[in-house]
Amino acid sequence: MLKSNNNLIPNGPKPKKAFSRSNIIIYGTLIVISIYYLLPLWVMVMTSLKGMPEIRMGNIFSPPLEITFEPWIKAWAHACTGINCDGLSRGFWNSVKILIPSLILSISVASVNGYALANWKFRGSEVFFTILIFGAFIPYQIMIYPIVILLREIGLMGSTAGLVLVHTIFGMPILTLLFRNHFAAIPEELFKAARVDGAGFWGIYFKVLLPMSVPIFVVAIILQVTGIWNDFLFGVIYTKPATYPMTVQLNNIVNSVQGVKEYNVNMAATLLTGLVPLAIYFVSGKLFVRGIAAGAVKG
Amino acid sequence: MKNIKKTKKPNQFFRNINAKIASIPMILTVLIVFLGGSIWTIVYSFTSSRLLPKWKFVGFDQYERLWETRRWIISIENLAIYGIFSLIFTLVIGFTLAALLDRKIRFENTFRSILLYPFALSFIVTGLTWQWILNPDFGLQGVVRDWGWKSFSFDPLNDPETVMFGLLISGLWQGTGLIMVILLAGLRGIDEDIWRAARVDGIGTVKTYIYIIIPMMRPVFITALVLIAAGIIKIYDLVVAQTDGGPGIASEVPAKYVMDYMFGAQNLGQGFAASTMMLVSVIVILIPWAYLEFGGKKHA
Repeated sequence: MLKSNNNLIPNGPKPKKAFSRSNIIIYGTLIVISIYYLLPLWVMVMTSLKGMPEIRMGNIFSPPLEITFEPWIKAWAHACTGINCDGLSRGFWNSVKILIPSLILSISVASVNGYALANWKFRGSEVFFTILIFGAFIPYQIMIYPIVILLREIGLMGSTAGLVLVHTIFGMPILTLLFRNHFAAIPEELFKAARVDGAGFWGIYFKVLLPMSVPIFVVAIILQVTGIWNDFLFGVIYTKPATYPMTVQLNNIVNSVQGVKEYNVNMAATLLTGLVPLAIYFVSGKLFVRGIAAGAVKG
Repeated sequence: MKNIKKTKKPNQFFRNINAKIASIPMILTVLIVFLGGSIWTIVYSFTSSRLLPKWKFVGFDQYERLWETRRWIISIENLAIYGIFSLIFTLVIGFTLAALLDRKIRFENTFRSILLYPFALSFIVTGLTWQWILNPDFGLQGVVRDWGWKSFSFDPLNDPETVMFGLLISGLWQGTGLIMVILLAGLRGIDEDIWRAARVDGIGTVKTYIYIIIPMMRPVFITALVLIAAGIIKIYDLVVAQTDGGPGIASEVPAKYVMDYMFGAQNLGQGFAASTMMLVSVIVILIPWAYLEFGGKKHA
């Protein structure tokens, strides 16, 4: 408010002193809480850069006396899960192989579907949509086993393709809602004008709506990249060790009971897994917030 | 009227056919996976399925066994403890943070980014990180002891009494940011005039929040409540990563019970019965919410 006021007539409350009591309380609280929220990230980074002897002697909050990148290299290329010792790199590439087709499939299906629901309503479409949204709240556990049977029947159990299908299915409620609300907010005149010009269902979608909907697609991509990358439940059920996504492999590496615990390697591996969503988060900024707000607020 | 319609559009099915084609994935998902899958599991929860689904009905046997199993009872108790505290703390902390960010402060974006970033992480990452911070030898407890407070004890993950609070610490760390953002959006929707009126009437800031703003934000709070509750019932990854249900079975949760009985103990019937119980609990939460949300609007 203070910044945006260029009027000559004073408007709004009197400017507060910078060090008023309430300001000290507000900033003080926020800074203390921010430090608390940042602490785990700090601990992860610091631990991952220390050697094991230093970890055993020192404290987890102190920066390393001697920086080493050994844990990162080991976590990426040599850490063991069971008999495989090729590190998290395999899980990373598995996750990429799961992520990209899931992203394309789920977003194209949901955007076309949301478009149909917003602009081409047919009898029963609202009923299906309502059940779809309720589906987002049904505990996954109740649908897990029937999907196992389905995937086994079509021969996709344990494969990346099967998991892609699962992500497409469970990404559908939220993405459809996102696209439906977006397309419904587009002025109807535009839609009618395109129809008068002879554009049909697909013509309007590809030539009119798609070019003007880039931001909502970015929001959907952000939502799906973080969601799919962070998934553990579906990965652990529908894939096998050779195709495990990164989160599942990470958990297996860190929580394996064999051998001496290498906390620095574990933290490097944890950070590596968190890096992709964190990068998306810090790059996308406000769009990420828009994505989760769209996900949170009902239609 | 009906007759005119009939003669005008002889084939209803092909009307709007492209939209129907575009909706096929949704229709299949709803019919086969959401409805079909749920009903299938509910039906098979009344059978004696073990390694494989078996078409042999045993009535409520699975449910009786479920409620006689100590592990399930502990899972439910844990979920209740975690749920109640998580609900209270997430709302209180989330609202406090949102209110602080709403006080027209500088660096709002920076603070918001910091408070929300854990939400971008996987529960596995969160769980493993806090497992390390709460490590009794090298983590927080070890550090404080090194500072000279030798008798300091903070080892929640290895004590059956407090392990759920160890999980709560990391769950709150990850989840409060989301609720903060949602409540902040709600606060931004409050008319500036309300604040002016409150100020004119000489009502203090805290009082204005409690008696005027919060009641006005009821719909936003309900949304937040539903989101938190849905998240609580689903809690699984965090437990697997941070404690794996331990020590012993002290931090087991229902979702993990389902998974372990379905895929570990090869006792499908128990898994089906437990997951049906989870569905029932969600419906108990959802129906009043749906009524408030959608039922109320029609009357207004």
